Amino acid sequence: MIEGNWGEEIVFWVSGGLAVLGALGMILSKKAVHSALCVALTMINLAILYVANSAPFLGMVQVIVYTGAVMMLFLFVLMVVGVDSSDSLIETLKGQRLVAIVLALGLAILLVAGVGAGLTDVVPVGLDETNGVDGGNVQGIARLLFTDYLVAFEVTSALLITAALGAMVLAHRERWLPRASQQELSKARFLGPGHPGNLPSSGTYARHNAVDTPALLPDGSPSDLSIPGPLVARGDVRPIDHHEVEQIESLGGGPK
Amino acid sequence: MTESQFGVFGIDPWWLVLLKVLVIFVMLVLLTLFTIWWERRVVSRMQNRIGPNRVGPFGLLQSLMDGFKLALKEEIIPKAAHVGVYWIAPVISATAAFLAFAVIPFGPTVAIFGVETPLQLTDFPVSVLYILAIASIGIYGIVLAGWSSGSTYPLLGGLRSSAQMISYEIAMGMSFVAVFLYAGSMSTSEIISAQEPIWFAVILLPSFLIYVTSMVGETNRAPFDLPEAEGELVGGFHTEYSSLKFAMFFLAEYINMVTVSALATTLFLGGWLAPWPLSLWESANTGWWPLLWWLVKVQIFIFVFIWLRATLPRLRYDQFMKFGWKVLIPASIIWIMIVAAARVLRNDIELSNRQLLIIGAVVIAVLLVVSWFAQGAIDRREAVRKLVRDEIENRPYDAMAGGFPVPPMPGQQAALTSRRSGSPVVQQEAIDG
Repeated sequence: MIEGNWGEEIVFWVSGGLAVLGALGMILSKKAVHSALCVALTMINLAILYVANSAPFLGMVQVIVYTGAVMMLFLFVLMVVGVDSSDSLIETLKGQRLVAIVLALGLAILLVAGVGAGLTDVVPVGLDETNGVDGGNVQGIARLLFTDYLVAFEVTSALLITAALGAMVLAHRERWLPRASQQELSKARFLGPGHPGNLPSSGTYARHNAVDTPALLPDGSPSDLSIPGPLVARGDVRPIDHHEVEQIESLGGGPK
Repeated sequence: MTESQFGVFGIDPWWLVLLKVLVIFVMLVLLTLFTIWWERRVVSRMQNRIGPNRVGPFGLLQSLMDGFKLALKEEIIPKAAHVGVYWIAPVISATAAFLAFAVIPFGPTVAIFGVETPLQLTDFPVSVLYILAIASIGIYGIVLAGWSSGSTYPLLGGLRSSAQMISYEIAMGMSFVAVFLYAGSMSTSEIISAQEPIWFAVILLPSFLIYVTSMVGETNRAPFDLPEAEGELVGGFHTEYSSLKFAMFFLAEYINMVTVSALATTLFLGGWLAPWPLSLWESANTGWWPLLWWLVKVQIFIFVFIWLRATLPRLRYDQFMKFGWKVLIPASIIWIMIVAAARVLRNDIELSNRQLLIIGAVVIAVLLVVSWFAQGAIDRREAVRKLVRDEIENRPYDAMAGGFPVPPMPGQQAALTSRRSGSPVVQQEAIDG
């Protein structure tokens, strides 16, 4: 490594460190959104490591799929659930800690064994050698996906399609009556008791907060529709000062 | 495809890399200032107004002055904001916008201070995917801004934009596939060299149209600007942002416009290659001239953006999503299948163009016949459904249908029952009337 590429070492320590920090932050942060952001940070740094290891396709797909789609959907759900909803800290699954510890240990053993075997038994041929077989990283992945791992690839896609179909079935609602068209909605609005269009906006002569100042009709009387209901209920509506209106009209050269 | 194609990249001396980075940065900022002015002038002209014409010649310095004003404004941070995320959101947005330009080619190899170098910061085998990846990081800025503002309208804007950008990114990514198939590469410089005789916009017209539509959705521009729909959401995700942070979102939006225009130019309009009558001139594709062709093509796209904004009303949200999922995505999938099938037939089975056309005609004829029969089947099924529906609607309401308490169907009227006896009571209107 001394005469090797020192740029690669810098990338490894910076990105690797950030990835570990993101992983720790994901577990330790209290807000779900912060956890999601930490995962995104980890994913991006893993992608950088992939690119540094001559696997640009994997790196880019990692960012597009995991950071761009999966984590974004997580964020989406978190936002729908609500900003201030607090997480329940009561464990509903009995004995989940024990199961989690056992599974974590199993995963750790698998990882250590796998990486250990990779470090001792396998003789590395070098990244250029591996990528050079098919004339490039992208071509190599494409060949493996569509020859040696074709069945696994297709089974995975079948699994994903099944999941998508399941989600659609769960979210599906049979429409009983045909959907009201825009024309029907508009007719109903005009026939109904409410105001057919937008309510008139509040006063244009406001000196303070315009929302509490009624708009004036052409004859000079205030329009009740222009004031939000809650303000009327609170008694926060500003009375029209006709002297003020005249003053402003004379300033602006409005209707005499 | 071989290593030699990328041999021209990654060998620049360090000062040249720095110079390129600096030039791209300055160019993007200047293009943003110019685009804001250009947009305001063009929209004004289309609306019979004059537009900014006070600061500098033709008002050219107006956006610069507006930028200064924005930067010097008071910064207001809402009390309910989640401060850390609130700070980082505009940074993510602006950074991602600049990053995407690293792989956009501006021209062929030229000599800069005696060093032969391509007019492109860098390139690698998957650079178009890199742009997609950076775009998907850029969405985080908008979504986090919406979430962290601690306010309702920004949250709704952020939600809309995440849904919108994910949906349109799919159609956008799919429109690239046909280009990849024809270019045999995902690197921007190779895609341009693959368009030497004819642009992909001509041979892959459906892909081009799908990309142009989805790029408007991807940049949140009118008529797809639902995340910031002023009439509904005040300012959408950036409602609670002011001063320099707002300026960063503003900058990001305009740079993104330039980026997607540059990508469209690269993928479909031959990048820096000279357009047809000019390409007859021998040195049109050498030296610094291509930079001009590139700039003109990008500006045409930006003009289309402005034109759309001045012309079209904003779409309704459900119509917009329906358009993305039920029109754009299926259309791209079918188009990719056609392109892939045509290529396999031509390359592996070696059919001539004429045989291909005959096969295409047969396939279309079969599809027409099938769709005719399918329409008949759909009509019959709809008629049966209508019968069943009418039958059920005309049935009187049974509150315990099937042995379970059930609500009335649409069109059925639930009879009011007395709480004590459970027997029907006379309705209030009947008494009043």
